[in-house]
Amino acid sequence: MKKKIIELKGLEKHYPVFGGVLKRQVNSVKALDGIDLDIYRGECLGVVGESGCGKTTTGKAIINLHAPTGGEAIYYPEDGDPMDLAKMSNRQMKNAGIRSRLQMVFQDPTTSLNPRMLIKHIIAEPIKEQEKLSARELEKKIVSILEMVGLSRMHLMRYPHEFSGGQRQRIAVARAIAASPEFIVLDEPTSALDVSVQAQILNLLDKLRKELNLTYLFVTHHLLVVKYISTRIAVMYLGKCIETCPTDELFSNPLHPYTHALLSGIPNPEVAAEPNRIVLEGDVPSPLNPPSGCRFHTRCPFCIDVCSREEPVLLDVGNDHKVACHRQDVVKELVKEKFGIEGYF
Amino acid sequence: MAVLLKAQDLTTNFYTYEGAVKALDKFSLSIDHGCTFGLVGESGCGKSVTVRSMLRVIQSPGVIEGGKVLFSEKADAEPVDLLALTEEEMESVRGDSISMIFQEPNAALNPVITIGDQVAESFLFHRVAEMSQKICDAIDSGESYGLLTPYYRAMLGVAAKNPKAPLLKFCSQVPFLKWWDKPVKKEALQRAIKIIGKLGIANPEEIVTRYPHNLSGGMKQRIVIAIALACHPTLLIADEATSNLDVTVQAQILQLLNDLKKESISSILLITHDLGVVAETCEKVGVMYAGTLCETGDVKDVFSTPLHPYTQALLTSVPKFNQEGELQSIEGSVPNLVNPPSGCRFHPRCPKAMDKCSTDKPELKELIPGHLVACHHADRVIGGLS
Repeated sequence: MKKKIIELKGLEKHYPVFGGVLKRQVNSVKALDGIDLDIYRGECLGVVGESGCGKTTTGKAIINLHAPTGGEAIYYPEDGDPMDLAKMSNRQMKNAGIRSRLQMVFQDPTTSLNPRMLIKHIIAEPIKEQEKLSARELEKKIVSILEMVGLSRMHLMRYPHEFSGGQRQRIAVARAIAASPEFIVLDEPTSALDVSVQAQILNLLDKLRKELNLTYLFVTHHLLVVKYISTRIAVMYLGKCIETCPTDELFSNPLHPYTHALLSGIPNPEVAAEPNRIVLEGDVPSPLNPPSGCRFHTRCPFCIDVCSREEPVLLDVGNDHKVACHRQDVVKELVKEKFGIEGYF
Repeated sequence: MAVLLKAQDLTTNFYTYEGAVKALDKFSLSIDHGCTFGLVGESGCGKSVTVRSMLRVIQSPGVIEGGKVLFSEKADAEPVDLLALTEEEMESVRGDSISMIFQEPNAALNPVITIGDQVAESFLFHRVAEMSQKICDAIDSGESYGLLTPYYRAMLGVAAKNPKAPLLKFCSQVPFLKWWDKPVKKEALQRAIKIIGKLGIANPEEIVTRYPHNLSGGMKQRIVIAIALACHPTLLIADEATSNLDVTVQAQILQLLNDLKKESISSILLITHDLGVVAETCEKVGVMYAGTLCETGDVKDVFSTPLHPYTQALLTSVPKFNQEGELQSIEGSVPNLVNPPSGCRFHPRCPKAMDKCSTDKPELKELIPGHLVACHHADRVIGGLS
């Protein structure tokens, strides 16, 4: 039986919008609108979706970098009682020793590393927070962490600007694993990198996960990257999780029409015959006033009456596969009929 | 097929404090009429510098040191060297026969000018004479433009012959008289609305009064494409046109470019680092590394039988649909172009490097018909095959 590490129950994050003469709250941006998601120990959960659908907000809300406005994010420690992160303050989290267990790697390594700190100090910072070490022991530990990510002792006394993009991302990863965490949120760690360097970082992350028994939440918009690194995938649309299942299952048996559209939109580097595309009309609706019923119904090619009235719930259809769609049982035939797509392999 | 654009030995340097950055080193490329050409490579390998050099929009401290860019708009016309034209002649080429979609739609659009004015600008720059003639004809055939109609007729008659006449320039500075171009501006806006509507944007009449921040990323990208397409260019250069967009929007834009190519434009030069986009939209591809072209040919040939070690490594480092086993990565990173490696620029990272590679620079050779490679090793491979 797989052990849960984090369980989200209706997690919400609404950003208030102020207006009028008195600057009262008039509306809110519903970046996350009730997400249910389980994350198991030792897995890499990929979160995919278009920009603005709340992928990054999910990651930040889980580790309380942005305090959630509603719902629960329950953390199950290795030993001890479960805790609700959504209701804890920063001080409480630090005192309970959870801060160092949950870490994050940001999108752009150029802006996430302090340009005025030496690499030595960047990596020492999280270690100093949790244990007192002598200068010599500290340096030894830093070097061992640097070697883990493929850098060496000679990089200790340098500044971030002296490194290439790939090396900077390695430093950001080193900083995240320095606090010996259990769970790391990776927010598009490779989107600012080149393809050749991207492969290095992906391999490194995969290796570290197996060696240190880490759990990842891998946020990205690149589906082939997610397919390579993840064991399970969650597809998001406009602040909602619409489909979760194991990676192979998603690519071989997608059930939500939006997932079909995403998969058919991937440009395939292998030259083949003309691909059939599902090209969605328009853009993602504004999260200020999300559409009624199913949020995807305004762009869905197979929308029926019930879609605009009732909101579908995330339904378990077996094989660890959950989907939120009114017509999930017929989508496959509809896609085949209308677009002539049978599979994505 | 006739050659539309041919770059020969193009060399561009950037003079920085660290020394001269040799961004392009004797770069050669040719694009045929009616062809979609994809230029791929890592960032910093000089993809953008190439097209900017061709259009002569390199910013200081960059200097185009030498070479030729031969451009023949009509298939049978004598080619013109773009690098030898005066700045004034070049201005009439940019945006008219060659136009460019810039990388970042947020940065390419002016935030304080309405969408309509930005699209209409290219008509006001290149098509004043034609539009003036059209309005003159309309006035002659009895259409009225209000009280000032006779004045409009007189001034536009001059503009139809020479849009840069001194009289027009003088009148543009004088109060009241400067309104001579009102009908032209109106006509330009009408044309802008028409072209925006053509790109699949709903109610263009309303969009033209908006500002860039009112639009989403995909819409902005469409507006940038509308500006580039305004004057029906022969060659459209798309510099990372879809890199910042989502998969679903990217699919929309690529389909749009494909449809447009069939209708109006002759050729597209697509710059990207996404090999998947190239495989699906282009007919020919050029792979760049550190300022040199290392392989070029038909997409199918290059992607199925890559001959250059860099192309092979690039193709294996991208995750694929049916990925099995670990991703292969290229060791090291792109060299600093202040001191580029001697000989073949890829040799420090090349798994197949020989002694010869560090001393001799390989020439671009046609080893298989239509498939050009610059590699010492490929010579041997092909030699062994035959």
